[in-house]
Amino acid sequence: MWEYTDKLKDHFFNPRNVGEIEDPHGVGEVGSLACGDALKLTFKLDAKGRIAEAKFKTFGCASAIATSSVLTEMIKGLTLDEAAKVTNKDIAEYLGGLPEQKMHCSVMGREALEAAIENYKSGGKKKHELEGNVICTCFGVTDKEIERVIRENNLTTVEEVTNYCKAGGGCGGCQGEIEKIIEKIQGDIITEAPVSTPRRAGKLTNIQKIQLIQQTINEQIRPALRAHGGNIELIDVEGNKVIVAFRGMCAQCRLTEFTMKDVVEAKLREFVSEELFVEEDRESAQQPHNHRE
Amino acid sequence: MKTIYFDNNATTKVAEPVLEEMAPLFCELYGNPSSMHTFGGQIGRRISRARERVADLLGCEPSEIVFTSGGTESDNAAIKGTLAARPHRRKIITTRVEHLAVLAVCRELENHGYTIVEIGVDKYGRLDLDELEEQVDDNTALVTIMYANNETGVVFPIEKIAELVADRGAVFHTDAVQAIGKIPLNLSKSNIDLLSLSGHKLHAPKGVGVLYVRKGTRLSPYMLGGHQEAGRRAGTENVPGIVGLGKACELAAHNIEQENNKVKFLRDKLEKVILEACPDSRLNGNKENRLPNTTNISFEYIEGEAILLMLDKYGICASSGSACTSGSLEPSHVLRAMGVPFTAAHGSIRFSLSRYNTEEEVDYTIEKMPGIVNQLRELSPFCSDLNA
Repeated sequence: MWEYTDKLKDHFFNPRNVGEIEDPHGVGEVGSLACGDALKLTFKLDAKGRIAEAKFKTFGCASAIATSSVLTEMIKGLTLDEAAKVTNKDIAEYLGGLPEQKMHCSVMGREALEAAIENYKSGGKKKHELEGNVICTCFGVTDKEIERVIRENNLTTVEEVTNYCKAGGGCGGCQGEIEKIIEKIQGDIITEAPVSTPRRAGKLTNIQKIQLIQQTINEQIRPALRAHGGNIELIDVEGNKVIVAFRGMCAQCRLTEFTMKDVVEAKLREFVSEELFVEEDRESAQQPHNHRE
Repeated sequence: MKTIYFDNNATTKVAEPVLEEMAPLFCELYGNPSSMHTFGGQIGRRISRARERVADLLGCEPSEIVFTSGGTESDNAAIKGTLAARPHRRKIITTRVEHLAVLAVCRELENHGYTIVEIGVDKYGRLDLDELEEQVDDNTALVTIMYANNETGVVFPIEKIAELVADRGAVFHTDAVQAIGKIPLNLSKSNIDLLSLSGHKLHAPKGVGVLYVRKGTRLSPYMLGGHQEAGRRAGTENVPGIVGLGKACELAAHNIEQENNKVKFLRDKLEKVILEACPDSRLNGNKENRLPNTTNISFEYIEGEAILLMLDKYGICASSGSACTSGSLEPSHVLRAMGVPFTAAHGSIRFSLSRYNTEEEVDYTIEKMPGIVNQLRELSPFCSDLNA
């Protein structure tokens, strides 16, 4: 069972400002049924341009509902410039903290607020749009959003990024890319701190190399693919060329070319040898293997 | 506040008579049954008695019962033990809706060169038997298929499957953790080779279980380091647990009819009224072939964890296939395999009853449920018309 603070429970059981404002000045809608949570935020300004009223409607777990409720209270009386400065951290802190795996609820609150402000500034025309390139196709999270949660919350691992914005929490196919984004942003910090580099093998015999490749696929790559009904098979190793076939959902995935191969290559280079490159065995991917979707 | 416990597929209360039988084994009769003195040796008789009681419930020989630490160990021992004993067959067949104690083990074995086939289910959670028949071949070492699903209660035609598997010379294992005590079994007349059961699902304590190994089934031991359980499972016996499980099996044999009448009546009432009283709710699973104690209902537009917390406020314990309850981001693999839409899977609630539940508890829950659903729907952006 989750450890929820009393304040969170209070806002869940007695949510404030539930509903939709008629003729609002701004509307922000984020999330979806498929993603497991969604929030619609509406606000009205007073004559001085301060938020006079804010209401929410939320589909989601207790922490999603409580963060929405708390958000409406936090922004009341603020100017839009002040409201725009509210971060997901502020929301979580206001509740006395959130379980790590629920941090994405606070991010959803901040996103809805931003979307509503954006909507107001565009004269009610603009709906929330994804900014940047979609990295996580399962939950529709872009690189911009991932970069932002990393910066604002000083995240250093893929798991943390997943907790904060869900990216990487579905099929796991984008975890390699998330790692790259983390490295890009936290690069300076990471190089300062002595981080243990992955222990890569020295000179390997052919048999050792193949075994290590298989082991890396088993331990580092397959679990993520399996999570979404996909799979990978090592077909052959010719010198530094690693031939693999993607199975199940991954085989049909449009993004196979761009993501799966890169992820596998990155992992193999990290754990086996910098010189490896990956090729996909298309022919074998066409073959029926088993009945997994 | 009174606790209303509708989460018996997660774990059950230890029956009072079970606890009574266990009590002297902690501070008085604490000897080791392997010892060469009467004080310890006398414990052996209690283990034998427990073994007979389990065998009676399952309709098998006492010598076919191996005590373990629970359902997960039994599943691991059955799968890995079978493969080790039959090294030339490299294929394992299971289903997409298995408990993780089976599914995770099989998927891990894939890393060791085994081919894993996961048979799918239809929207009612029913197994595709044609696909199964097609897949069982000469290379198949093991078919492992659960007796009844823990999330939906759907019961698979295990006897029929066992026969089919036996015809092809593969070993058949079933995780019967949810079925024992609810479905009568007679293993002496069955083709089941291996069967797992867990004590704490049938009113015995946690930490004890059984692997039934049919006479003649080759199985390499999973735990090494002692002669206990005729060399099939090393480690000093969990004597109080084993004795408790024996008593629980005796009680289960007597109560199986009650499970199928009283408990089923309560479950049916709970299910029927909730489905009627809550619009946009649906039953997950096959209504016909189901455990008598389980119902899994989805409530559209609202999320399972929120429902559970609302129920919790009234002391009502249930569980959910929602993503949010597990800390993962995706809803139950069982509901997804059944093709339950995300919208419904996120809002699924499982009620699992036991013989200790009463009609008052059911009535109380029925009274509270529509209010909870409405309250959450008023918050939901997908139900704006409800607010108008």
